[in-house]
Amino acid sequence: MSTAGITVRAIPGAADPAWARWLLTGAVVLFLAVFLLLPLAVVFGTALASGLHAYLGSLRDPETQAAIRLTLLAAGIAVPLNAAFGLAGAWLIGKFEFPGKRLVTGLIELPLSISPVVAGLMIVLLFGAQGWWGPWLAAHNLSVVFAVPGIVLATIFVTFPYVARELAPALAAAGNDEEEAALTLGASGWQVLFRVTLPKVKWALLYGVILCNARAMGEFGAVSVVSGHIRGLTDTMPLQIEALYDDYQFTAAFAVASLLVLLALASLIIKVWLESREGSQ
Amino acid sequence: MISTMPTVTPARANPQRNRGNVMPGFGLSLGVTVFSLSLIVLLPTAAAILKSSSLGWSRFWASVSTPRALASYRLSFGGALLAALINLVLGTLVAWVLVRYRFPGRRLLDALVDLPFALPTAVAGIALTVIYGPHGWLGAPLAALGIRAAYTRVGVVIALTFIGLPFVVRTVQPVLAGLGENDAEWEEAAASLGAGRWQTFRRVLLPVLTPAALTGFAMAFARGVGEYGSVIFIAGNMPLRTEIAPLLIVIKLQEFDDAQATAIAVTMLAASFALLLAIQCLQRRSERWGQR
Repeated sequence: MSTAGITVRAIPGAADPAWARWLLTGAVVLFLAVFLLLPLAVVFGTALASGLHAYLGSLRDPETQAAIRLTLLAAGIAVPLNAAFGLAGAWLIGKFEFPGKRLVTGLIELPLSISPVVAGLMIVLLFGAQGWWGPWLAAHNLSVVFAVPGIVLATIFVTFPYVARELAPALAAAGNDEEEAALTLGASGWQVLFRVTLPKVKWALLYGVILCNARAMGEFGAVSVVSGHIRGLTDTMPLQIEALYDDYQFTAAFAVASLLVLLALASLIIKVWLESREGSQ
Repeated sequence: MISTMPTVTPARANPQRNRGNVMPGFGLSLGVTVFSLSLIVLLPTAAAILKSSSLGWSRFWASVSTPRALASYRLSFGGALLAALINLVLGTLVAWVLVRYRFPGRRLLDALVDLPFALPTAVAGIALTVIYGPHGWLGAPLAALGIRAAYTRVGVVIALTFIGLPFVVRTVQPVLAGLGENDAEWEEAAASLGAGRWQTFRRVLLPVLTPAALTGFAMAFARGVGEYGSVIFIAGNMPLRTEIAPLLIVIKLQEFDDAQATAIAVTMLAASFALLLAIQCLQRRSERWGQR
C-alpha cells in the first residue's frame, strides 16, 4: 500500500510536520498490513497450496459437511433467540428509566467479559453427568453436554449481549416523537414496535444480528468445552478446524478456516455498508 | 462491537422516573429481559459459584493455588497485561493516523481494524501459528534473530495483541475525531499562547485521550485474560511454562476434576467482575469528557 499523497485534514492548528505525518502513516500502514492482512493471506495460501481440486475435495469431506451443518444449526437457533431477547433488553434500556438499570445493563454485557471456557464449564456444571440436572436428564434419557443442545446453549450464552448493545443506543437516540404520535392516533404497542420503531432502527438491529451471527458461527472456547469432540456429530466448524489441524491435515484445516474468513470479511463489508447508510441518512 | 454499552439515556429522560413516559411495553420488556438474563446468564454463574463454595475454603484454596495454577494465572494475566500495554501504544497510534491523516487505502485499513473481532479465534490461532512458526513468513526471520515466537510466551503475547487490537483503536478514534470537529481551537489556542507541539500534546490532547485509551486498555486486558482459541495453537501449552489458565480449566475438566476446574474458573470469574466494574467506571469518566 503506498503512502503517497498524504494530505492533512483542513483543520487549522492540526497540521503536524510533514516528516511526522509520513513516518506515523508509514509505520501504521506497515503494521496493519503485516499484522492483519498476513493472517488472511496465510489462510487462503495454505488452503489453496495443494490446488483447487484438493481444496474443494476437503470441503466435501462428510465430517466437514456435518460440521458446517451443525454450525448453521447452532447459529440458526441462537441468533433469532438472541435477537428477540436483545430487542426486549434494548427496548427496556433504551426507552425507560428504572431503578437497577445499571445492573441490568451490566448483566447483559457480562458474557462478553467471561472467558468462553468458563462459560462452557458453567453449562457442564448445570447439565453434565455430575451437574445439577445431570441425574434428571440421565433418567429421562436426554443428553445436553457432549451433544447438540449443549452446543446451542453455549452459543446462546456467548452471543447474548450483541443485539442489545447495538440496538439500545440506537433506540434511545431515535427518540419517541413518532411513537407518541402513533399511540395518540390509537396504534397498539405492537403496531408501534413493528410499524414505527423497528423501521427507524433497522440498521442497528441488522448490525447487531450480523455481529451476533459472526460470533455464533466462530465460537470456539465455550463450544469446545461442551462438545465432547465427536467428529461428524458434535464438531462445529471451528472444532473441525482444530481436529484437522491437530491431525496435520493443514490443507483441509485451512480450507474450512477459509470459509470462516469469508464469513468474517462479509460481516465487515456489511458493517461498512451499514455505516455508510447511517451516515447518509 | 467494541465499546461497552454507553450509559443509555432515553430521549426526554425524566429524572423523576418515567412520569410522563407513555411508551408501552415496560412490563413485557422487563419480564423478557429478567427471564432471559436469569436463565442464560445468572443461573449458570450461580451454578459455578455454588459448586465452588461447596468445596469449602481450604479445598478451594488448595485447588486454586497449586504451582501449575499459579503459573497459568501469571501467564494469562501477565500476557494479557503486556498485550494490552502494547495495544495501548499501537492502538492510540493507529487511531491517531486514521483520524488525522488522509492517505490512499485509509478506509480499507479502518474497516480492517475490526478483523480480530470478526475472525473466529480458532482461525486466528492457526494462521498466527503458521506465520510465527519456525518456518513461517515472520517466524523464520525472527528465528534467525534468535527469537522463538511460536510455542513460547512470545507467541502468547502476539496472539493476545492480535485479539485486543481493535479495543483501544475504537475507543480512542471517536474522541480524536470529536476533537478534530469541535476543538481544533483548543490546539490553536494552546499554540497561540506559545505552547510547543509537545506541550500541546501533553497538556491538551493527552488528558482528553487518556480516559478513552484506558477504557480500551481495560477491555483488551479483560478479553486477553479469558482468551482461549487464538492462544492454544501458538502457545505450545507446556504446564508451568506456556499453559494459560483457560486451558488448565479445560484440562482439569477432561480429567473429570470438576472441582478444581470450577475453583479456577470462579477465580477467573471474580477477575471478570472486577474488570467489568473498572471498565464501567472508566467508561463513565470518558463519557463525561465527551460531553464537555
